[in-house]
Amino acid sequence: MLKKLSFSGENVGKLREAGLVFFIIVLSLGVQLRNPSFLTLENINDLVTNTAILSILAVGMMLVIITRGIDLSIGATLALAGMSSAQLVGSYPDLHPILAILFGTLVGIICGAIVGGLIAKVDVLPIIATLGLMNVFRGVTFIISGGKWVSAHQMPVSFKAIATGKILGINTLIFIAIVIYIVFYYFINHTRTGRQIYATGSNPDSARISGIDTSKIIWMVYTIMGGLSGLAGVLWVSKFASAQGNTAAGYELNVIAACVLGGVNIAGGSGKISGLLMGTLLLGILNNALPLINVSPFWQNAIQGVVILTAVIINVIIKRKVDYNNLKRREI
Amino acid sequence: MRTLAAKKTFDLKSFFLQWEWMLVIIFIIVFAINTSLSEYFLDAGLLVAATSTFLDKAFLVLPMVFIIILGDIDISVGSTVALSSVIMAVSYNAGLPMPLAMALCLVVSTACGYINGYLITKFEELSAVIVTLSTMIIYRGIALIILKDQASGSFPKWFGYLGWGSIGIVPFILIVFIIFAIIFFILLHKTTFGRRLYGMGNNATACYFSGVQVDKIKVTVFALTGLMAGVTALFLTSRMGSTRPNVATGYELDVITMVVLGGISTAGGKGNMTGAIMAMFLIGYLRYGLGLVNVPAQSLLIIIGLLLIFAVMVPNISSKFNKILSKKAAN
Repeated sequence: MLKKLSFSGENVGKLREAGLVFFIIVLSLGVQLRNPSFLTLENINDLVTNTAILSILAVGMMLVIITRGIDLSIGATLALAGMSSAQLVGSYPDLHPILAILFGTLVGIICGAIVGGLIAKVDVLPIIATLGLMNVFRGVTFIISGGKWVSAHQMPVSFKAIATGKILGINTLIFIAIVIYIVFYYFINHTRTGRQIYATGSNPDSARISGIDTSKIIWMVYTIMGGLSGLAGVLWVSKFASAQGNTAAGYELNVIAACVLGGVNIAGGSGKISGLLMGTLLLGILNNALPLINVSPFWQNAIQGVVILTAVIINVIIKRKVDYNNLKRREI
Repeated sequence: MRTLAAKKTFDLKSFFLQWEWMLVIIFIIVFAINTSLSEYFLDAGLLVAATSTFLDKAFLVLPMVFIIILGDIDISVGSTVALSSVIMAVSYNAGLPMPLAMALCLVVSTACGYINGYLITKFEELSAVIVTLSTMIIYRGIALIILKDQASGSFPKWFGYLGWGSIGIVPFILIVFIIFAIIFFILLHKTTFGRRLYGMGNNATACYFSGVQVDKIKVTVFALTGLMAGVTALFLTSRMGSTRPNVATGYELDVITMVVLGGISTAGGKGNMTGAIMAMFLIGYLRYGLGLVNVPAQSLLIIIGLLLIFAVMVPNISSKFNKILSKKAAN
């Protein structure tokens, strides 16, 4: 019985991913017909580079959502880490770029640890804690910058080169994203702590009873999320060569959208790296293709919102079908 | 024969341990600090004028109390305000008479709220967070499609009375707010509907099995929130004289902060209307007072964010502390 259940669940997962791949292919072909410059090597390179930061953030967000949480503060964390590292390299132009990346990540980790501490130790609801801290981090960003931008000419060339440089012939952003995906694939599928994240999300009570320190897991997850947003912040600032107080405002919605499209269950407990990759790719293609086929930029928000809502609703409908079929099987 | 203590007896100790007294203390502190910072703060005319500047959000606080008592959340309210306001402006400029445009504004906002409620009850596996998060993007997205990056306005002169007019010294908006506050207070505390909200917030399944039409009530509450977002849109647009797709950005955060600070538990089922209204005035005057002494808006962001977190933290920590104490007492 159990085997059958998990088998059908797996099937649906595969069906879902196949559907997503199919949708991506159809979408790409459709866009290609309207604008032949879509499937050129140059544009694909652009697309992947632009999606890299989103995909890094999506990994962290997936962990958070698996534990039944949500993090709305990542846009603000990203801005804070980006701004502080931009100011650091502004005042010490000789600093090695890797140190700047580490510094930004550290800022992010501290922010994430504060968020996680509130949620795990003081039992503040994730949405309330992250909504509140989003404002705090955003405010701190404005204060340390004095309301000013750090613009391209204030940054040393070595810092701006992070985003344009190449490692092993691949753009650094893409390279970092690939490394993160490999590391996290191993982490959540093949380590004890990684599996405990799933356990905590699918049933917190039984996870606690079976000896998992759930509050520690939750704290860790938000800290990882913070660290990844810090890293993304440095990459963002280096890529756009400017740091502003309102960098990435509202970007958390895109990240959540990528997770939801990638099949991460918003109720917690499930989500896979492979699905996530597809979700971010789909969102990246949407962002890249809509301007190419002359969709007005004013339409993009609404289209994105509708896509997210449709994705979550389709998820629910599929899940209901599966549960219903399983119930039927039980009758016999 | 046993007697049932159906009616709570008045207890002096628990009366003074209510969250509202905490709010009163914070209120006094805020007033004391503000008065010492600026000599202009305690000017009656200015205070009343300041009240009308933050009252537009207050209309959203009332229904948000209902939603949070249900254990749900609605973060699409800011976008609903923007969409209904934009549609009102555009339809007026397209030739619709102003009263009809205002009615259209309320209809649109109620529809937005109804859609939220419908989706949340129809697909109950989805949390209110994710549904209202996506409708938040969609509603503002539609406002953007309609108005692009432009502003729309040139309303008739009498429309400005909503936001700026006053009867004697009392602003018109304050009177309307008091009427709405009384209605919502009675709804929550004196009617079956209100009792059912508390019941659903504590245990929706039990309510369902005792014959409460859980879904219907939820949809009603969300539609009501939409309606109040429309009222907010009317007053806000009237004050500003024109509208843009990005009006009322971040209102949801302000409103949720006020409600949570008012002692309404985000876990659902606890809290009352008085606390939320007090917290609303508290944050309003805090903003106004700090604005008088030129505290930048960004520092205000930090203060409000911290207030929100502390408001949630204090009861959580004190309940943890109580648990430890009672454990020790039991040992």
